Amino acid sequence: MNLTLKIWRQKNASDKGKLVDYKISDVSPDMSFLEMLDVLNEQLINTGDEPVAFDHDCREGICGMCSLYINGEAHGPDRGVTTCQLHMRMFKDGDTIFIEPFRAKAFPVIKDLVVDRSSFDRIQHAGGFISVNTSGNTIDANAIPVNKADADEAFEAATCIGCGACVATCKNSSAMLFVGAKVSQFALLPQGKVEATDRVLNMVKQMDEEGFGNCTNTGACEVECPKGISLENIARMNREYLKASLKG
Amino acid sequence: MSGILNSSIGRKFAMALSALFLMFFLLQHFAINILSVFSPETFNSTSHFMGTFPLVQYVLQPVLIFGVIFHFVMGFVLEIRNNKARQVSYAKNNGGANSTWMSRNMIWSGLAILAFVGLHFYDFWFPEINTKFIEGDMTGLIDPDNAQSGFRYFEELQHKFESHVRTIIYVIAFVFLALHLLHGFNSAFQSVGANNKYTKGLKNFGKLYAIIIPLGFIFIALFHHLKHVLS
Amino acid sequence: MALDSKTPKGPIADKWTNYKNKIDLVNPANKRNIDVIVVGTGLAGGSAAATLAELGYNVKAFCFQDSPRRAHSIAAQGGINAAKNYQGDGDSTYRLFYDTVKGGDYRSREANVYRLAEVSANIIDQCVAQGVPFAREYGGLLDNRSFGGVLVSRTFYAAGQTGQQLLLGAYSAMNRQIGRGKIKMYNRHEMLDVVKVDGKARGIITRNLITGEIERHSAHAVVLGTGGYGNVFFLSTNAMGSNVTAAWKAHKRGAYFANPCYTQIHPTCIPVSGDHQSKLTLMSESLRNDGRIWVPKNMKDVEAIRNKTLKPTQIAEEDRDYYLERRYPAFGNLVPRDVASRAAKERCDAGYGVNATGEAVYLDFASAIERYGKEQAHIKGLNENDAVLVKKLGQEVVKNKYGNLFQMYEKIVDENPYETPMMIYPAVHYTMGGVWVDYNLMTTVPGLYCIGEANFSDHGANRLGASALMQGLADGYFVLPYTIGDYLSDDIRTGAISTETKEFEEAEKEVRAKIDFFINNEGSHSVDYFHKKLGKIMWNKVGMSRNVKGLTEAIQEIKALREQFWKEVKVPGVNDELNEELAKAGRVADFLELGELFAKDALNREESCGGHFREDSVELDGEQKGEALRNDEDFAYVAAWEYKGEPSDAILHKENLEFNDIELKQRSYK
Repeated sequence: MNLTLKIWRQKNASDKGKLVDYKISDVSPDMSFLEMLDVLNEQLINTGDEPVAFDHDCREGICGMCSLYINGEAHGPDRGVTTCQLHMRMFKDGDTIFIEPFRAKAFPVIKDLVVDRSSFDRIQHAGGFISVNTSGNTIDANAIPVNKADADEAFEAATCIGCGACVATCKNSSAMLFVGAKVSQFALLPQGKVEATDRVLNMVKQMDEEGFGNCTNTGACEVECPKGISLENIARMNREYLKASLKG
Repeated sequence: MSGILNSSIGRKFAMALSALFLMFFLLQHFAINILSVFSPETFNSTSHFMGTFPLVQYVLQPVLIFGVIFHFVMGFVLEIRNNKARQVSYAKNNGGANSTWMSRNMIWSGLAILAFVGLHFYDFWFPEINTKFIEGDMTGLIDPDNAQSGFRYFEELQHKFESHVRTIIYVIAFVFLALHLLHGFNSAFQSVGANNKYTKGLKNFGKLYAIIIPLGFIFIALFHHLKHVLS
Repeated sequence: MALDSKTPKGPIADKWTNYKNKIDLVNPANKRNIDVIVVGTGLAGGSAAATLAELGYNVKAFCFQDSPRRAHSIAAQGGINAAKNYQGDGDSTYRLFYDTVKGGDYRSREANVYRLAEVSANIIDQCVAQGVPFAREYGGLLDNRSFGGVLVSRTFYAAGQTGQQLLLGAYSAMNRQIGRGKIKMYNRHEMLDVVKVDGKARGIITRNLITGEIERHSAHAVVLGTGGYGNVFFLSTNAMGSNVTAAWKAHKRGAYFANPCYTQIHPTCIPVSGDHQSKLTLMSESLRNDGRIWVPKNMKDVEAIRNKTLKPTQIAEEDRDYYLERRYPAFGNLVPRDVASRAAKERCDAGYGVNATGEAVYLDFASAIERYGKEQAHIKGLNENDAVLVKKLGQEVVKNKYGNLFQMYEKIVDENPYETPMMIYPAVHYTMGGVWVDYNLMTTVPGLYCIGEANFSDHGANRLGASALMQGLADGYFVLPYTIGDYLSDDIRTGAISTETKEFEEAEKEVRAKIDFFINNEGSHSVDYFHKKLGKIMWNKVGMSRNVKGLTEAIQEIKALREQFWKEVKVPGVNDELNEELAKAGRVADFLELGELFAKDALNREESCGGHFREDSVELDGEQKGEALRNDEDFAYVAAWEYKGEPSDAILHKENLEFNDIELKQRSYK
């Protein structure tokens, strides 16, 4: 099929940037979206133009490196997938496709479609861990049984791949789904409860400092999240935060 | 505890608490107003009680006004901060794919309601305050000098809804109120972290509340208006 | 020259404990004065960085991704082995050790493998304490499954994403140290050289992938945890960015590269769909527990399927060739990865491949659906002969077990695997070879360590399922932090290492010269053009099945391709901004050298062992006719190659493998 692509081009962080039109032909429906961009880039290199920069790595939907706001949706129109798992059969011959970077003040554009998501890392540095030494001299793994329902729920929260689709999708660029998932994973496990108070206060504080917006419960993040992280994690974080604030 | 109102979650919590309070007030307001359809007498006596009982007048009313102002101001504060969080907007954004119109436009439905509140104050609250505290007439009577003239509340109500324009504005405002509540009711519970076995039922109740209450207000407005037109 | 593995003396079960008791330690006050560089933040690098920082060293960690959390360890699906014996099914440290050595086809170092098995149980304790949400049973205790045809259930897992959960555990341990200022994290930095001062590794040269800045970083020791080199095949299940550059630069600076030809080709991947393909997707090995692998018996059916005039479900049972069940009645569809992969290739080479490219076989769940359906109908007291009901019930069971994999398959291939058999084909998955290390995990360059998939040590010629995660974390959490202390104890008076020395200057100059070359070369072909060509040569001639003719040709062709690359490669853009093509050019340049050494190693090893199959080393008769034949007399050694300029000049050093605790046997799955 033949497509028109409207791709955001921006030379570097200080450049203003603009949408540029590209034509691409003979796109196979079996291609992944990123493979389609590979083909475009090969074309651009051969004609002496600069290829489009975009983040990607594992190309199997788990590393969280790929991003892209495609036709007005994070990771494109399919559900439960990252951009690398989005296939061209989701589009029709003759379509025009808008391809923009994830946008948020806390995710500044580095180049073209590549953004800096280190704000997520900094939130994790603030408390996304359990303070246990890595000596291996901990208690036996089976010494603390964990209720299966809690363990499963903690796992569901932990499936977050940190891609930032929640922020990109949210009309307020809020990172609450991401932070809520991490807070929840630990809050649900007995190992994590010890530091629960400090963790939630510190992580939320860092989140606010990074310039993310506020959650207004539109639920868009949950819909666009490639891993289907539930809004319940935000409610749980709110509870944990309020509890911690009253204590602290 | 200090600084909680400076944190994103703290502000949302405050927003939600004020919302819950306002929703409770709305229910109460509706319960009294609907009396006007069934029994002008009960409506009058209840209105008089609410208008003159000191606890309502000097404690609940200021709290309510504070709640309204707080809810609006905080709404604006959050909106400004949220707008700042994305400085370059998308060339193409398909919000409808993942969220409801109501949830994305709380600020607009809220502004519409704010405008309506202005009109509503102009219609009822200012004259009421004027009569009671400036003119000093606490009797609630049509003719303060005539004890037999009866309470004025029902008559004032009917009088207001004689106008086509006002009735239409009220109806539109109630539609916005419904839109605001359709997202706001459940959003408030989510913000305070409510999530338990009642959540699902609460969600359905929220939808019912968001539709029935504004519909009820519309009914009251139309009832009085049509009564006037048809009589 | 024989290599000294520095394996401690004494009985195998006591080696590690005795050794730890005797090695030198660095006192906490002195650790503050010692810097360690860790390159790579996967399970090995991430866990090492966290542990070293916690011990008190100043750690600088580097990764080319935008966050340490994205290293490709994240993609591991199946699980992690540990000799916990929670299931009481007879597992033990010895049994895990034995299985790993046997699974590696007796080409690994016994002492290393035993140590790995020994510390495995501790990994699980550690990860649980960190909040890794492993799967649990209803009683609240950890669940296990059996994996890869072993006889005990020792695999711990977190649904189909154990790698991600373990990596997030290591990442959270790193975060804690980053927050404390003990790790300085450099994201989007690529290591481009190792710097040696007085023969010791004392630093690295990196390129900031965003600004293009070339930076010097010094330390008292350098640790590489930079993963495997499967991308030398272009198509593999590795991440797009996975590369050999760090390991290869170390090799060029004197670290021997061991057993490069040992590559694991995983049998259950989604087949290639066309030339645009950029990577291959793995489907968990667990699918073979219930799926039956087959191709049509008759060529006319194959043709009809390729023309799409026939559906696989229309082929009668007697016209199907369940070739694994036919060839290996004892193990059937559960033969080890290398055997299953070669058998698929054999059928496809014979012309029986079932997709347009001729490189796919069926993995069919119809029998499993029927079996489970009948079982469920029986349990529920329903009619077992109602085919529609049985199918529905069976599909539910299969969905519970493999739902996410089936969904992933459908997204990629656009076919419903509940209704029609899946198509699969082998793909490059893991490289057992890597930088040679001794028992301390130190390379032949003093002060340069190599851990995880990047080193060669523990898996021999073939890796067992769920053992890669175990090795990465064992190296990083529990082995390296001890052994490195023994080396660093001599460095407590050294003081900070200056980067203003001629060694750093020269290394930086070389790096800059190469970048300038790429940017200024007026070439005509993109980097991918060469990478794809290299991949084709590797896959066709150094792939699943190797012979002298093909390997000799491959060596020549790769050499010629490399020469062409240096003349004709075209890199757009400039150095001082994000330029992925430039980064790729450097990586492919190294793959083009590694590829040749890889083929050379495969040519040298005139035996079939594990993932390395030589057509000239097979059983000639008897029940095992045509199966892989190992040659323990001549090849029970690690082939470690020393760099001497061109790959063809590399010098072979042998580390002889001694098996004192396990008897060498020929594998049989008949």
